[in-house]
Amino acid sequence: MSEAYNFAYLDEGTKRMIRRALLKAVAVPGYQVPFASREMPMPYGWGTGGVQVTAAILGRSDVLKVIDQGADDTTNAVSIRRFFAKTAGVATTTRTTEASVIQTRHRIPETPLHEGQTLVYQVPIPEPLRFLEPRETETRQMHALAEYGLMHVKLYEDISRHGHIATTYAYPVEVAGRYVMDPSPTPKFDNPKMDDCPALQLFGAGRERRIYAVPPYTTVRSLDFEDHPFRVQTFTEPCALCAARGHYLDEVVTDDAGGRMYICSDTDACETRREDVR
Amino acid sequence: MYVAVKGGEAAIDNAHRLLAEVRRGDPAVPELTVAQIREQMALLVDRVMAEGSLNDPDLAALALKQARGDVVEAVFLVRAFRTTLPRFGASVPLDTGAMALRRRVSATFKDLPGGQVLGPTFDYTHRLVDFALAEDGAPETVAEAEPREDAAATPRVTDLLGRDGLIEPSPQDDGTPLPDITREPVDYPCDRATRLQALARGDEGFILALGYSTQRGYGRTHPFVGEIRVGTVEVEFVPEELGFPVPLGTVQVTECQMVNQFKGSRAVPPQFTRGYGLVFGQSERKAMAMALVDRALRAGELGEPLASPAQDQEFVLAHCDSLQATGFVEHLKLPHYVDFQAELELVRRLRAEFEAGREAAE
Repeated sequence: MSEAYNFAYLDEGTKRMIRRALLKAVAVPGYQVPFASREMPMPYGWGTGGVQVTAAILGRSDVLKVIDQGADDTTNAVSIRRFFAKTAGVATTTRTTEASVIQTRHRIPETPLHEGQTLVYQVPIPEPLRFLEPRETETRQMHALAEYGLMHVKLYEDISRHGHIATTYAYPVEVAGRYVMDPSPTPKFDNPKMDDCPALQLFGAGRERRIYAVPPYTTVRSLDFEDHPFRVQTFTEPCALCAARGHYLDEVVTDDAGGRMYICSDTDACETRREDVR
Repeated sequence: MYVAVKGGEAAIDNAHRLLAEVRRGDPAVPELTVAQIREQMALLVDRVMAEGSLNDPDLAALALKQARGDVVEAVFLVRAFRTTLPRFGASVPLDTGAMALRRRVSATFKDLPGGQVLGPTFDYTHRLVDFALAEDGAPETVAEAEPREDAAATPRVTDLLGRDGLIEPSPQDDGTPLPDITREPVDYPCDRATRLQALARGDEGFILALGYSTQRGYGRTHPFVGEIRVGTVEVEFVPEELGFPVPLGTVQVTECQMVNQFKGSRAVPPQFTRGYGLVFGQSERKAMAMALVDRALRAGELGEPLASPAQDQEFVLAHCDSLQATGFVEHLKLPHYVDFQAELELVRRLRAEFEAGREAAE
């Protein structure tokens, strides 16, 4: 563990500031709380928001898991896991069931989370309305008035143009019947996992300086229409490694003649299934 | 069977070792010292200090060495270091009127108290490559400045104009605590102090392009350089336990006072308004561009129509930070295969439906 820096890198004053923002975020589910994001030793876009949230909540007895694209072995997941192993000296794991804090980019673990666990999401654009209205002054007012008609119009236009809602990831959700929230760029496949989840879900956007949260057992509803209900992606193939169906798969190009194989995106869930077979 | 590549840890370590070797370059060539960078790449060091928001030439020089000369990367190193430093307070406002001048020019008056001081400038050099510089050699000795009777008093041009009410006065320090964009998230719409802080650490290229755009009609402000001054000023701080200012040292800064036309309104007679730029070190380009953009961002306050990017504070402030910009642009090289898979699935489905529809039509 590095002596020159405080436990988990951030100084205690900064952690306190982030925890205050987190408490407010938990108290108002789905509401984006501004916080004084710090420059971190990794670039914006690499998960500085998630890293700051994790640094602020991490205790010495925590067990940390970090995934990127569902996998523990992607370079950025490795880098962040090593950052905390070095600056906080906490135990790390790749097992979803063993982790008390899981930081993620782009996926929710497939193994159901349990009470006492915290899932920390890295968020690039926290504002679900950003691409409909670029101005913060406007979107803030739209949230305040729960004026989400623009989002429904966007989804409706998708249906009229494509026959489907053409949003496949970062699919907007309504939290606790009030705020529309960006679930971070997870595939919509993962949206149902957010609903009534026993674990605490925290979201950190470093560059955009926002924190938001979904407390345990909170209703999270993916926006849809009665005649066009929300549906998740399905895969026709099974995983080429664990042979399971019904999981989110990565497509791996195996040759230059159109060869493809599909493997589980969640490496821990996939390995666990393979061990069970053995 | 092909299995997705593992071994991120070893790959990262190896990449870092390779980077260190490439940074050093040919070991037969002597290694750069930090002092050499600080002394001979001084303007680059100044830029890293300005955008890094930290006045420390040695640290900026070291960051440049570590970053292989990449400015944004060096700024990143400085900022990430800066954010770990304790903050014990804010200085007394700098008195740039009492600056020890290295350079001072005005484009609005031919001569003025304190005179025009060219100082070290590229302005009137012919941009011919000096091949003699490829060899070692000492520069010519510099000329001694002739003492001027009025050199002690070099009032700011804007103060001279202000006496006649021709230009809006400088806002006075009314004791209200200033915002600190490194400690509080920016809340739009934001005040001028917040905007100036963001512009001062903003990317030089971006601020330059925005300032330029105002000259080409996108938020025109009719600017004149009232004054540019480069030099050192004393930084003073009032410790709580003493209650009076004590000097902390000096910093080199570049200040630009841009004088801009203003037609007046029902309540205010016609007068000149101003745009303000202040940066660490010698960087007239940045200070001038900053002053142009500062003035453009005051359009709302002065009742001017808002129609151009440089007048739009959310557009300017949300995009002027080189670290934020480079981070978000470059993060696109991180893996996105989960999202891309979702998009692939959708495009394949839409294409299948398109084909099915066409066949049905035939």
